[in-house]
Amino acid sequence: MPSQSGIYHEDYASDMQLRPTTMQRIRQIAIVAAVLLMPFILGSNELRIVNQVLIAAVGAVGLNILTGYTGQISLGQGAFLAIGAYGCGLMMAFFNVPWPIALLLGASITAIIGGFFGLPSLRLKGLYLAVATLSAQVIVEWVIKRWDPIDGELDGRTTDALNIPSNLLVNWQWVDANRWLATVGIVILIGAVLWVTWRLQSNFQRDRFMAYRYLLYVVVGLIVVFLSGLIVILQTPMLSLQDVFTEDWRLNGNEYAFYCFAMPVTILVIMAATNLFRTHIGRAFIAIRDQDIAAEVMGVNIFRYKVLSFMVSSFIVGLAGGMLALHSTAISFERFTIEVSIEYLAMIIIGGLGSVSGSVYGAAFIVILPELLRTLGRTIAGTDPASLSQFNRILPFAQQGVFGAAILITLIVESGGIRKIWQNTKDYFRLWPFEY
Amino acid sequence: MTTNTKTETLKPSIVEKIVAWVRANVLLCIVLVVLLGVMIAMLRQAFSSGSEMQKFIRLTYAGLTDGSLLALIALGLVLVYKSTDVINFAHGEFMVIGGFVGYQLLVWLSPNMNAPLAVILAVVGMVIAAVLFGILLERFVLRPMIGEPVISVIMVTIGLSNVIAAIVGLVWGNNAQRLPIEALPNNLFNESGRFEIPFEGARRPLFLGHENLMLIAVVMLVTIALLIFFQRSKHGIAMRATADDQQAAMSMGISIRVVFAFAWSLAAITAALAGLMIGETSIGVSAQDIPVVGLRAFPVIILGGLDSITGAIVGGLIIGLVETYTGGYIDPSLKEIAPYILLLIVLMIRPYGLFGQEIIERV
Repeated sequence: MPSQSGIYHEDYASDMQLRPTTMQRIRQIAIVAAVLLMPFILGSNELRIVNQVLIAAVGAVGLNILTGYTGQISLGQGAFLAIGAYGCGLMMAFFNVPWPIALLLGASITAIIGGFFGLPSLRLKGLYLAVATLSAQVIVEWVIKRWDPIDGELDGRTTDALNIPSNLLVNWQWVDANRWLATVGIVILIGAVLWVTWRLQSNFQRDRFMAYRYLLYVVVGLIVVFLSGLIVILQTPMLSLQDVFTEDWRLNGNEYAFYCFAMPVTILVIMAATNLFRTHIGRAFIAIRDQDIAAEVMGVNIFRYKVLSFMVSSFIVGLAGGMLALHSTAISFERFTIEVSIEYLAMIIIGGLGSVSGSVYGAAFIVILPELLRTLGRTIAGTDPASLSQFNRILPFAQQGVFGAAILITLIVESGGIRKIWQNTKDYFRLWPFEY
Repeated sequence: MTTNTKTETLKPSIVEKIVAWVRANVLLCIVLVVLLGVMIAMLRQAFSSGSEMQKFIRLTYAGLTDGSLLALIALGLVLVYKSTDVINFAHGEFMVIGGFVGYQLLVWLSPNMNAPLAVILAVVGMVIAAVLFGILLERFVLRPMIGEPVISVIMVTIGLSNVIAAIVGLVWGNNAQRLPIEALPNNLFNESGRFEIPFEGARRPLFLGHENLMLIAVVMLVTIALLIFFQRSKHGIAMRATADDQQAAMSMGISIRVVFAFAWSLAAITAALAGLMIGETSIGVSAQDIPVVGLRAFPVIILGGLDSITGAIVGGLIIGLVETYTGGYIDPSLKEIAPYILLLIVLMIRPYGLFGQEIIERV
């Protein structure tokens, strides 16, 4: 590879690429391989943590659009997660809406409410706006706590938790009874997926999504393989779908099914967010963050784009909330407190403000850190009951302290976060033996 | 000599000063006059009617004491914001650690000496600890943050709050602690420590807890001390100058670092006092519950205006009253969100709070 002092584009196609260098493409392929292999290598417990990372990553990308890219500080992340989760959960519990539709409806409701709480941004800025979003947090938390119809039941007593019904998408009994009809339906579905994919990639400028086309192919390939597998099962008289798929996602540690759902959603969200900042809307967001008055002078309608940013961000956060609901058997207000909002802010700060990949790094860091500490502590404490009780006493404080220290160290040492550290490391090796 | 006499004659008389102050603080004066009117009307009613009025007075009293506590907390936040442009999300944890330091000193001191001396020594110890804490904080955490965006500075204080909470948890544990002796003298009142007001139409007299009256007194003292400090002392004027324009202040020979350390120390002192006051109430010195009280101060500073001491006091009292009135008259559960709803409404009308300074931005 020739040593280079920059990336020179010679045609539009290479200029529009998201991943212009060879190393980035290699990394891309490595990521795809990891994504495909992960469920087969990891155990159920590790896969649960991976799923939590995926949910957090979606939420952090959403928050980063608002806080990192548009510069509007939000302390109401927990509230928007809650609206997404409850929107999705209530729709499934009370109206028997299938979960994909419930997920999207929940996210849309979150977008509308998020837009409403974005209205004060017309007049408020910075810290005043931050506290205004804090009021969203407090009000939504209060509604969840006090509003009786959404309370669930546990052993005959009402609790604050909302039970999420089983998330089986299809009535498998019916499918087993009408095998040929189902097969035809699935073949049509495969055709539709392939057609949509083809339209998608030929409708856009051909090379615009060069790198992400591979990911799109991978996702589509997974779906097609899965659906073909269904056909094989349907056409084998000894097997019944009911036996294969009665497993509820959330029970028996069946994290694999959730992973198959969450990973494509996360990839889609990351793709959408990355490409958002290649459009005029994303550029307007960044202009508002950098200097809002200048942006207004340049013809950006500040109010409109601020509210739009609130809505886009809330939509994605609502999606994360819905995923959270689908991942659990019951949800309650305790999972959407102000601490959760702070945790998400910490994710985007540690990962890197104004960066989609940074949100993912940060989400992984914040989710994995406490688990890592727990494992580490267990190893040190051993099996001795006295030291084990000591360990149980210290652990929550240690987790909290390390969490705070991670934020402090990130901000004091390298305020660009993990993304910037990664960038610096790459630059160091690329430019070695020179300093710059 | 002649110049001296000239300045003598130019000095405004006390009446002129009052008129000028009223002109400068019209809004505050209106609020004060209305509050005074309400108080007078209340007192007139109080001795002529029955238990409904007693309820009103009780609620007002509870609201005022609650509001005084919030005002004291908000003062610490405003002090920091005014001079360093940082909103301190670790203030709740400042109160926790201040409260626990006071508690620990009282535990050590109270068996060896009589109560008032122990309390005074404990408060002195708290103040020294708070000053040290403020200086260390400024040097190691906040100085690297100069020039960073708002969100980074917010997150630094949040990270700090987590670290402090972890330290407090490791040292003192999770349980609420009672102060070993009453930090405030209670022999001013009857033997149960309450102040009695007999009522004509009501079945029982109205009791006012001594700790509440003491709380109001402490808040008033701290406020007056701070106002005098800002108006008269060299350091106070330096802090105001820094708040106004850092560059200009620096070129006038003011050490920004000293001012910042001073502001953080002052905030830590007010936080420690507030922590001790909460320890005196039914909440106790608790690592879990004191930060919750601290969180309630955020609507106060936004309502009053981030950079106004007057705003902190008035906002605190307003929020305290609004909370107890909604709790008492509408629905106890609405108490938690009433301040935030009020806040949203006020912010739509006055985006910089009631007394906040409007920032005129230029590109």
